[in-house]
Amino acid sequence: MNKLILYAAILAAGIAAPFVFPNYTTQVSVLWVMVLLALTWDMQGGQMGYNSLGNIFFFGLGMYVSAVVQVGLFQPVAEYMDSSSLEVFTFTPAEYWTGLVLGIPAGGIFCAIAAIPMGFIFFGLRGPYFAIGTLAVAVAAGELFSTWEWVGAGSGVTMPSFPHHPDLAKLSFYFMNFVLAVACFGTLAWLYSTRFGIAINAIRDDEQKAEGMGLHTTRYKCVNWSIAAFFLGMSGAVFGNLVGFIDPREVAFATITFGIFMVVMPLLGGKGTLWGPVVGAFIFHTFKEATWTYLLGWQWVALGGLIILIVVYFQDGIMGWLMRTKPEWFGIRVEGREREMQEARAMEAAE
Amino acid sequence: MLDNINILVQAPVFNLALIIDGLLIGAVYALMAYGLALVWGVMNVKNLAQGGFVMAGGYICWWAGQNGIHPLIGLVLAAAVMWGFGYVIFKIVVRQVLDRDLFTSLLATFGVAIVTEQILNILFTSDTRSINLGYDSWVLFGGAVNLPVQKVGAFVLAAILATALALFMKHSRMGQAIRATAQNPRAARVMGIDTERVYAFTYSLNAAICGASGALVAMIWLIQPFYGLAYAIRAFVIVTMAGLGNLPGVIVAGFGMGVIEQYGGFVLGAAYQQAIVVGLLVIVLVIRLMQAQMKREVVQ
Repeated sequence: MNKLILYAAILAAGIAAPFVFPNYTTQVSVLWVMVLLALTWDMQGGQMGYNSLGNIFFFGLGMYVSAVVQVGLFQPVAEYMDSSSLEVFTFTPAEYWTGLVLGIPAGGIFCAIAAIPMGFIFFGLRGPYFAIGTLAVAVAAGELFSTWEWVGAGSGVTMPSFPHHPDLAKLSFYFMNFVLAVACFGTLAWLYSTRFGIAINAIRDDEQKAEGMGLHTTRYKCVNWSIAAFFLGMSGAVFGNLVGFIDPREVAFATITFGIFMVVMPLLGGKGTLWGPVVGAFIFHTFKEATWTYLLGWQWVALGGLIILIVVYFQDGIMGWLMRTKPEWFGIRVEGREREMQEARAMEAAE
Repeated sequence: MLDNINILVQAPVFNLALIIDGLLIGAVYALMAYGLALVWGVMNVKNLAQGGFVMAGGYICWWAGQNGIHPLIGLVLAAAVMWGFGYVIFKIVVRQVLDRDLFTSLLATFGVAIVTEQILNILFTSDTRSINLGYDSWVLFGGAVNLPVQKVGAFVLAAILATALALFMKHSRMGQAIRATAQNPRAARVMGIDTERVYAFTYSLNAAICGASGALVAMIWLIQPFYGLAYAIRAFVIVTMAGLGNLPGVIVAGFGMGVIEQYGGFVLGAAYQQAIVVGLLVIVLVIRLMQAQMKREVVQ
């Protein structure tokens, strides 16, 4: 019952936010992107024990796939992406929306498919090798896309411009991000309650035993990554349209910004829990946005410092800390020492 | 791309130019990879801040040069400053994560890398820099190979540093203590080695090595705050290829890395150089993985 009220309150707040604070629509919109990034990272890092540093790869890939679909349906891609040409390409509203509606799922599906062969290669790597290998993929993708002429090389892609009023653009992208984050949360909440969730937790706790019990660990790991990639790809597609301009290194494959944020947020909130990444994303993003304007160029340094601080001194995260100090909030009955002593005393008194 | 390969086949002397360039920069790669191998072997920390340290060293030397200090003294200065920086980073970050799981130390050093690179970006802007001493070039093979004296000097310096380091590790008390700790920390403690001090010393030494390598990179190549990550990945590739505690292997892998990069850059275009580095990492990791799997099958 309490849970239902909580869910309803968050949903209502999410729907009302852009109308109550119209000036902050974009910031809140990015918050939902952050929530999704944190949740999908936690699928591997928290629930399955595979700490990826390169999940941002799917985010950027989805962005590019969607851009190519949106442009390619109606215009020649190579000419559109060529930054030196002065030709202006325009999209009618119908074309724009068709492109968007087809481009976003295309980004998601493409990433979901790409994740499976990648999983077969990378999930053999363990521990830090997996982290560095995936990081290398993300960095390599950024470098390759910034030399690939067909998708605009280093000068990036300017997305088709929104055909209606800019306020409407903000609102529509806000709701796309919101719906994606909620859908992702719902899917994960359901997944973690099924056999799948138990299986990936078993992989985290002891992979060899899990394999010994007859789990097809590689299959589970690939499916897990594929689901994460699906949401990441769609989110990337929306984010590309929201920003309006795709820079291969700074926006799409932003390894040292979004790529590391999505690791730090679940850590801050408490990895391996359903709510941890969400809480972490809320706090991290709020902190980032609140301090952004006052730090004048030093914000990245401060953010790096915050990352070190979280990783070094607060790795349990908020949910982990709460679970340790207030286990009864999570329905965990602890046969506490005080309680036992009280009971013992009561027994003595009764005798 | 085929045109470029054609050039190499038609005029073999170009191969020589590429190999020489690759060896020059490869010496520096080997030097900083050796630093990583030290830290990795002694305290099992995969230091992603390596590249940030290299760039910081390069900028210190460059800045000294701007203020009229000869880069040779600048190199020593870079090593000294980075020694101190490494010590501070060890005390406040690395020391705290030594006993935790490996991902924590990886992430913490990644954070250090971000902070270092961002500070460099604020202090020195994101323009590429290099140190130019205005020495001549030797022209060999009728103009096909152009060999700047400065680069050769940097190569010799790298070789001297590496030799000094190897001798230090072999013969000094501290070097022996470091190797003992790498082999078995508990036994080293029992024997009266202050492993705590050894850890601090090793990490600082690694930072100093990186600082010196950075100064050499600035002489041979270019420095830019955000090139750091690629250097960290290079060091990682070299150590993974060579294996820990394998100094000859690290040197050979470092040279190999330099040469492969030069060839790749020439054949595919200079823009692909960074992509080649990370591509190599993926290949090396996959090869190691396949080796491990083969071993497992043999055991079965």
